[in-house]
Amino acid sequence: MNTSKLKLAVKIGNLEFKNPVMTASGTFGYGPEFEDFIDINRLGGIVVKGTTLNAREGNNYPRMAETPSGMLNAVGLQNKGVDVFCNEIYPRIQDYKTNIFVNVSGSTVEEYVKTAERINELEHIPGIELNISCPNVKEGGMAFGTSCPSAVAVTHAVRQVYKKTMVVKLSPNVTNIADIAKAVEAVGADGISLINTLLAMAINAETRRAVLSTTTGGLSGPAIKPIALRMVWQVAQAVKIPIMGMGGIMNSTDAIEFMLAGATAIQIGTANFIDPSVSMKVIDGIEDYMKRHHIQDINSLIGGMLQQ
Amino acid sequence: MTTTYAKKHVNLLNIIENKKINTQYFILKVQAPHDISNLLPGQFVNILVADTRHAFLRRPISIYDIHPQERTIDLLIQVVGEGTHLLSKLKAGEQVDILYPLGKSFSLLESGKIALLVGGGVGIAPLLFLAKKLYRKGVDVHILLGGKGSNNIIETKNFEKYGKVYIATEDGSQGERGLLTQHSILRKSDFDMIYSCGPDAMMRAVANIAAKHTIECEVSLENMMACGIGSCLCCVTPTKSGHQCVCSDGPVFNTKTLEWNK
Repeated sequence: MNTSKLKLAVKIGNLEFKNPVMTASGTFGYGPEFEDFIDINRLGGIVVKGTTLNAREGNNYPRMAETPSGMLNAVGLQNKGVDVFCNEIYPRIQDYKTNIFVNVSGSTVEEYVKTAERINELEHIPGIELNISCPNVKEGGMAFGTSCPSAVAVTHAVRQVYKKTMVVKLSPNVTNIADIAKAVEAVGADGISLINTLLAMAINAETRRAVLSTTTGGLSGPAIKPIALRMVWQVAQAVKIPIMGMGGIMNSTDAIEFMLAGATAIQIGTANFIDPSVSMKVIDGIEDYMKRHHIQDINSLIGGMLQQ
Repeated sequence: MTTTYAKKHVNLLNIIENKKINTQYFILKVQAPHDISNLLPGQFVNILVADTRHAFLRRPISIYDIHPQERTIDLLIQVVGEGTHLLSKLKAGEQVDILYPLGKSFSLLESGKIALLVGGGVGIAPLLFLAKKLYRKGVDVHILLGGKGSNNIIETKNFEKYGKVYIATEDGSQGERGLLTQHSILRKSDFDMIYSCGPDAMMRAVANIAAKHTIECEVSLENMMACGIGSCLCCVTPTKSGHQCVCSDGPVFNTKTLEWNK
């Protein structure tokens, strides 16, 4: 099979991605941090750091704890605010030939709306990822994503002002994630991204103190992959809109598994910290897999898990 | 802090030597495939520990010394946990996955100036390369090394090549007895810069002494990190311009810029 004929392009809403491999918010900065290691233009997309209306200093150090096969973080949406993003960061990244998504967060519905309005004006930003699942902020964040009425309220309000592709990033810290997914689909989400981190904690037995300044934080890395895979599969059964799957993807095999569970695109998160060039290896590995399995079009893998 | 840009690499490097110093310390000598002459003192590398569930993230390790002609980098490492224990078992001929060079360097004084380097425990790691660079620039280099006992005082012969070495041990087994920060050399006020690396409390005390004598002071911080390249925002320290990443805005900071009491 001729590699050049492999079709890796996928679509979410009206937006085409050259391949399904993206990098996850909060693990990839804004892109320039990775220019030494990878060709960013080869990626299907990037989701830049969570952005809020006003600047946020984030939580106090320590904000990170290493755990078996994973890590906790409690960064708390440190960012310089949407104005600095639009005026200083966007000009630096607008010429990337990849789909740049901005992860939008807020403490109130109004803050989400105002931030999304500003991002809507940016010509080279084709989409937002509405973050209703950050576990590390006192107000807003995950609180919006853990009940159907609040998830609907923020998604509906942002949909009124944001005209391009909008995916909603869901929290795994819920009883039934499929219900939340259906609720945001009904009010106009173009896609669902999942999962954000799992609420977790670490204690240092010697000092008898919590490792994180915030006591609890979000668990990521391969430790959460089986949970993420299950949730992607459940949501894929429940909604018609496409899914961006993530949670502990370390290599191309993991990526393929998420697609088989029902993801149209995948996001690489924590693995970027271990190997800043991992995203390129995932694209290469997906191509190899397609050749080995005689798959011409990657879309045939989406939800392609075989029945027992 | 110097902001010279050097392209970062992530590579499998050949281990040339793993030299055991004592039960706690070892020096890993690795060879890079590229020119390394642009590496600077204060910069660090991030090492991947293979075959473990517990050391999931890379281990940030200071650059102890470089040998540009052989393209080798020396890494002085203290065994503190499972990650560094596994690294201590690596052998010459094996390979190790290293992300480098990371972070910003110490600023280098000009010829004729006087520098004091203060290193506690494994905090001496970034100071040898600094001493060498300063010495070669014609700076008058003084080096104060300290630890609990003589077991923690290592590599003094190497430091003596580049400056006058002073020692403090808490048990009095070598040099002056007492905390490093009580050493008599710190009563002198004619230094143009104090550079320091070691435990947090030690660096704060050194910074206070420097401030009292109105001497510029740079410290190398070692907060817990995930990425090492400024993308995860986990290793922040409070500064006068807000939270800054130790990995990419530091690890070297002028103490005037830090908000240590926040």
